[in-house]
Amino acid sequence: MSLVLNIFTIIAVLAGTFFFLAGTVGLLRFPDTLTRLHALTKADNLGLGLVVMGLLPQAEWPFDVIKLIAIWLFTLLAGATVGQLMAQAARRGQPTP
Amino acid sequence: MTLALAVDISLTLLVLAVAGWIIAVRDTFAAVIGFVAYGLLLALIWVRLAAPDVALTEAAIGGGLTGALLIGAAGRLRKTEAATRAEYPGVLIRTLAAILAVTVAAALAVGVLALPDPAPTLAPAAVASLATTGVGNPVTAVLLAFRSMDTLLEAIVVLLALLGVWSLAPDRAWGGYPGPRHHADPDGILAYLARFLPPIGIIVGLYIFWIGADLPGGKFQGATILAAMWLLVIEAGLADTPPISRTWLRVLLVIGPLVFIAIGFAGSITAGAVLAYPEGYAKPLIVAIEIALMPTLVLTLALLVAGTPQRMPPQ
Amino acid sequence: MNASTLFGLCAAALVGVGLYGLIVNPQPLRKILAFNLIGCGVFLLFGAIARRGAAVGMGGDPVPQALLITGIVVAFSATALAVALVLRLFDETGSVTLASDAPAKAQADPPDA
Repeated sequence: MSLVLNIFTIIAVLAGTFFFLAGTVGLLRFPDTLTRLHALTKADNLGLGLVVMGLLPQAEWPFDVIKLIAIWLFTLLAGATVGQLMAQAARRGQPTP
Repeated sequence: MTLALAVDISLTLLVLAVAGWIIAVRDTFAAVIGFVAYGLLLALIWVRLAAPDVALTEAAIGGGLTGALLIGAAGRLRKTEAATRAEYPGVLIRTLAAILAVTVAAALAVGVLALPDPAPTLAPAAVASLATTGVGNPVTAVLLAFRSMDTLLEAIVVLLALLGVWSLAPDRAWGGYPGPRHHADPDGILAYLARFLPPIGIIVGLYIFWIGADLPGGKFQGATILAAMWLLVIEAGLADTPPISRTWLRVLLVIGPLVFIAIGFAGSITAGAVLAYPEGYAKPLIVAIEIALMPTLVLTLALLVAGTPQRMPPQ
Repeated sequence: MNASTLFGLCAAALVGVGLYGLIVNPQPLRKILAFNLIGCGVFLLFGAIARRGAAVGMGGDPVPQALLITGIVVAFSATALAVALVLRLFDETGSVTLASDAPAKAQADPPDA
């Protein structure tokens, strides 16, 4: 059972790091602010979500599990808010197409 | 090479790269964003150095509050950038600066490599006396029992810095509101966050404050989170900073150091030395000092970020 | 090489980088940033030494760690004071130059506050 859980952890964390890598590449390669924000927030939401999901079987029930999920939810909230604010600032900064 | 060392080496290279970028990048705003990332990377290094208390402080204050302060300042000073850029020193000064910097860094590196072995440590002494304080976290015990003089002076230094910031107010704004009045879309995402997050943030801040007695955490980290929640509400335009002439504000600002000093001098009567705690009362007295320091620290940290009074006091 | 030596060397390099930026960059805000880089380097050096003092089952020496927390808070308040001074200079003169011929420039360039 613990072997299955360990394999699940490895796969999920690896998938999470893949999204972080893809998000970073997108952040560096995409042409304008909005698409870069898209890459960044996707990496945060999905990448961190997968990493947290992978770590859940390794965490101690109940408090560590709740803390991990709370961290993910807070990052979602912060990422979504900051993404919105930066997108608004970017739109104010340049004439809308 | 072990995996842990590989992580440490990549962390070191990353921090050095970000530090170089902060110095080299043209745009000050970008440099400030780099500084926030630098603070968070340093927090990771503190975890690697088995110092979780310092990691929390660095992430909250070094990255968070300093970042908020510098982002605000960089935004206001943006207009001046082009003018000062012309003042870049010539090649000669730059070369001399580089030589000086490399010399200082090399001297420090030699010092690091020549540190005595075995390293001197006060850890056994701190742990041996830990039981007398009734506190479980040795760092908190050092802060509030073994080296409480430092913490007392620090609380006063932070307050003096705030007085310094306030004293820069123009005469017409003395006693007025610190910082600009923020206006944000009342239905916008920032106002939403400023309504949704503070109740959770207050619980997290108080938890970190309370848990600091036994686990990593403490009043500085907790106070920073509470200060950040207050600043969020101010930034979203849902509340204003209090005018600095308010009596309740001034009372709360001095109450922490005053309680600390009072308990310290009481120690000279009840326990035979200034800042000593009588036998068996260490834990309640430490908790009393921490609770008194908490509002002082929250207000001081937040108002340091809010800045100099700029607007007229209400008549 | 162990972690404390590695991060000690990293701290030495950070002090060097920060010192260079402090001297070379003319903008006050960038000087404050560079000064903070130096400060963090010094803190890190102290932290590496604290790590070497690991004993009796603890990851590091708690005394330097506690002093580091004090130091970080004091560094923040010093930064806040420095930033307030720069902003006041800007409000007063409309520029933040530290060059010695600044007063003439300031008069030609009235504050737009």
